[in-house]
Amino acid sequence: MLWGREGTLLSFKKWAGQLPLHLMILPGLILILIYSYGPMFGFIIAFEKFSPAKGIFGSKWAGLDNFRYVLEMPESTRIILNTIYIAIMKIIVGLFAPIVTALLLNEVRKELFKRGIQTIIYLPHFLSWIILGGILIDILSPTSGIVNQVLGWVGIEPIYFLGDNSWFRYVLVATDTWKEFGFNTIVYLAALTSINPTLYEAAIVDGAGRWKQTLHVTLPGMASIIVLLMTLSLGNVLNAGFDQVFNLYSPQVYETGDIIDTFVYRIGLIDAQYGVATAVGIFKSVVSLIFISTSYYLAYRFAKYRIF
Amino acid sequence: MLEHYTLSRRVFLSFNYVFLACLGILCVLPIIHVLAISFSSSAAAQAGYVKLWPVEFTMSSYDYVMKKPAFFKSILVTLKRVGLGVPFNMLLTVLIAYPLAKEAKKFAMRTVYAWVFVVTILFSGGLIPLYMTIKYTGIMDTVWAMVLPGAVPVFNVILLLNFFRGLPKELEEAAFIDGAGHWTTLWKVFIPLSLPALATITLFATVNHWNSWFDGLIFMNSPDHYPLQSYLQTVVINRDLTLMSSADMKSLTEVNDRTAKAAQIFLGALPILLVYPFLQRFFMKGIVLGSVKE
Repeated sequence: MLWGREGTLLSFKKWAGQLPLHLMILPGLILILIYSYGPMFGFIIAFEKFSPAKGIFGSKWAGLDNFRYVLEMPESTRIILNTIYIAIMKIIVGLFAPIVTALLLNEVRKELFKRGIQTIIYLPHFLSWIILGGILIDILSPTSGIVNQVLGWVGIEPIYFLGDNSWFRYVLVATDTWKEFGFNTIVYLAALTSINPTLYEAAIVDGAGRWKQTLHVTLPGMASIIVLLMTLSLGNVLNAGFDQVFNLYSPQVYETGDIIDTFVYRIGLIDAQYGVATAVGIFKSVVSLIFISTSYYLAYRFAKYRIF
Repeated sequence: MLEHYTLSRRVFLSFNYVFLACLGILCVLPIIHVLAISFSSSAAAQAGYVKLWPVEFTMSSYDYVMKKPAFFKSILVTLKRVGLGVPFNMLLTVLIAYPLAKEAKKFAMRTVYAWVFVVTILFSGGLIPLYMTIKYTGIMDTVWAMVLPGAVPVFNVILLLNFFRGLPKELEEAAFIDGAGHWTTLWKVFIPLSLPALATITLFATVNHWNSWFDGLIFMNSPDHYPLQSYLQTVVINRDLTLMSSADMKSLTEVNDRTAKAAQIFLGALPILLVYPFLQRFFMKGIVLGSVKE
C-alpha cells in the first residue's frame, strides 16, 4: 500500500513543513501568472481580425491572414535585417570596449585615479534614454549642436547624424557603447582581481615583460568570462534596443534605423493593427527564445554557466 | 611598490593615464554642456556661444520649468510610482528568492517554480497582448499599471538567490535547531546578512522606476498621469504641441526652447546624479557577488 502507516504521516509532515515556502512564493506567482503568462494567452489576437470593441472572445478568426500579411509587407525584410545588423554591431563593439577598458584600468597603480575614472564611466548607465536622448539630440544637431561646431573648426561640413541614413546606425552603436561600456567593465575588473598573482610572478621569472604578461596570463585568465558573456549576448540578436532607437529615430531614418520593436509599436499602438502587430511580436518572441535557449545551452556546455 | 620602469613602460603608462582621463571626460562632457546651456541666456544658447560654461548666466529657464504645473504633476506621479513600486519589488524579490534558494531536497516544488519564473525572461507575450492584459485587468490609467506588471523583477530574484546560496548553511541549521521557522529564519538570519545585496537591488529597482517612461506613455491615457520621464519624452524628445497650453507658448518666446529643454533634462537626471556617488561603492560589490560565481 502506498499510503501505508508512517509514509503518509511523514510526507504530510514534510509537506506541512514546506507550506511557508509555498506561501512566500504565492503573491509573486499570482502576479507573474497574470502579467507574464496572461499576455502569452493574448497570442490568440494574432489569429483574429481583432477589434477592441468585440474583445478577444468576440472577434472573428482570421486564420493565418495576419502572418501572411506580415510576410508580404515590403518592409519586413528590411526591418529584420536592420534589427540583426544593429544588434550584432552593438554586441561586437559592446564586448570589446569594456575588455580594453578593464585591461587599461588594471595597469593603473594610483588607486584614487582608478576609482575616480570608474565612478565616472559607470554614470551614463544609470541615466535613462530619455535624458541621454535629449542630450544627444541637442549636441548632434546639424545647426546648433556642439559636435558639428567642433567639426566645423577643422573644416568639416555639418553632419545630420540623427537624420542621415548613412550615419544613423553608427550613431546608435557608438552611443549605446558610450552608455554601457563603463558598467560592463565591472565584471571584467572582477575577473582580473581573481587571477592568481603567482602566475604573474612565474611569468616575470621567465622574463616576460608587461605586454607578454597581459598576453599570456591576463587574457587567458579572462578567457572564460569573455566566452561566457559572448555566448550570453547571442540571445540578444533580435534586441537592437527599443528605448534608444525610439528616442533617437525619425521618419527620415526608418530605412536604416527601424527595428522590430519600434515597428510593432507603430503598427500596433499607433495604427491600431493589433492582429498584425501581435503576429510580428510572436515571430520575435519565438526566434528570440531559440537564440536565448541556444546561448544558455552553449554557456552551460562551454563555461559551466547556470543562471542559478 | 618600487618597480623598475623601462622607457617604453613609462611611455605606455603616461599614454594610458591620458587615454583613461579622456574616456572619463567623454562620459561627463555632454552632461556638463547641457547644464551650461540650461544656465545660459536664450540668445547665447541660440547663437551657439555656450560650450562648457554658462554664457550670460540666468536662471530664467529654471524659473519657467518650475512654474509649469505639468512638470510638478509628473514629479509627483514618479514619486508615487517609486514609493509603491520599489517596496513591491523588494518584498516580492525576497519572498521568491528565499524558497528558490533552497535545495530541491528541502523544497520539493522548487524546480517547477524556478522554471515558471525563468520562462518569463526567455519568452514574453509582446507589446500588444501586454497592453490588452493591462486593459482587461482594469488598471489602465492608474499608477498600478506601472507597478504591477514589473512587480517581480526576475533578474533581481536570481541575483539575490545566488547571494542567499552563498551564505553558510550552518547558520540556517542552527536557527532551525533553535526552533525558528522559515519566516523567522528569513527575517532574522537571511535579511540581516544580505544587506549589501539588498541595497544593490533596491538601487536597481529605484533607478528602474525613476527612469521608466514607456509604460507611462502607453498605459496612461491622460498626460496628467504621466511620470516624469514619460512627460520629458513628450516635451524634450517628441515635443507634442497639443500638450502645451497657450501660456507655455507665450513664455517659450522669452525662454527659448533649447535652454528650457536643457533645464528639464538636467532636472530629470538630478536625483540620480545626487545619489549615485554614494551608492556607487555598494553596487560594485553587489553585482560582482551576483554575477561571477565560483
